[in-house]
Amino acid sequence: MDTLIPVEDAQLGEDTWTVAGRQFHSRLVVGTGKYKSLEETAAAIEASGAEMVTVAVRRVNLSDRNAPMLQDHVDPARYTYLPNTAGCHTANDAVRTLRLAREAGGWNLVKLEVLGPPPHLYPDMPATFEAAEALIRDGFEVMVYCADDPIAAKRLEEMGCVAVMPLGAPIGSGLGLQNPAMLSMIIEQARVPVLVDAGVGTASDAAIAMEIGCDAVLLNSAIAHAQDPVRMARAMKAAVEAGRHARLAGRMPRRMGADPSSPLAGLIR
Amino acid sequence: MVDISVNGEPRAIPPGHTVAALLNSLGLDPRKVAVERNEAIVVRSQYDATALDAGDQIEIVHFIGGG
Repeated sequence: MDTLIPVEDAQLGEDTWTVAGRQFHSRLVVGTGKYKSLEETAAAIEASGAEMVTVAVRRVNLSDRNAPMLQDHVDPARYTYLPNTAGCHTANDAVRTLRLAREAGGWNLVKLEVLGPPPHLYPDMPATFEAAEALIRDGFEVMVYCADDPIAAKRLEEMGCVAVMPLGAPIGSGLGLQNPAMLSMIIEQARVPVLVDAGVGTASDAAIAMEIGCDAVLLNSAIAHAQDPVRMARAMKAAVEAGRHARLAGRMPRRMGADPSSPLAGLIR
Repeated sequence: MVDISVNGEPRAIPPGHTVAALLNSLGLDPRKVAVERNEAIVVRSQYDATALDAGDQIEIVHFIGGG
């Protein structure tokens, strides 16, 4: 029995976001990696309420042809697959990988990520610019993982990227948003959707991302590496909704000092 | 037989073997994979018409879990 009842939208008006002409209700985008099994992947994604999922493109394992395939568990007709370029270090690798993804899935919406070396896997921005340019030229609609650098984010937007996705902390670190001020600057100036991609560790991190004005949150490890991924997926769904409502509601001003919530008049004497 | 490379592994195929025949012999569902031949995409509609040549470098990929 579902006990999480969101504030009903009939009262509040429909709240959707749009990227590259596609409209989504869920503001949570989830990865499909790092799960114990494809069954667990499917259950967690279902619980997250996500409509868009990131996927990787890899060689088919020819020695185990009967290995289950992601598509058999996470239906591409139901979820928008967002193929990524994880593992690509050059523009050429990224273009080749996503051309294959486009052929396998038949769509143009992709996630570009070009990473530097471990242990940080920080976005390699010069290589990201080069790959973004090549992909856009090739007709892709590029959602781009990037540094929390307002100049870089603006430049990617001006190049034609359909969403910018700065990190909140290194990939898979679960450190939470280390840079809310930088993210706010990016959000303030952006004319395309901004997603925090990487760094979310628990539900409050996702809520903060939405409170500061992100259009959506992209996460993977926070759910997949939770003790109970399905429950954490549900927590993330609620957190993103809560953070979005809080953003739209407009938070109260901060004040130094107390302001009693109960009236002081009418006290018994 | 003709020597090609599939996903980095050497493989011998009969002369005139097409991409469609290769996928079939590997037991792969053409709807769930994508094929690159010598770094160029082979579109699905051309699997039947694309005969492989000696030395071809074939990549066959699919979607897996990722972040």
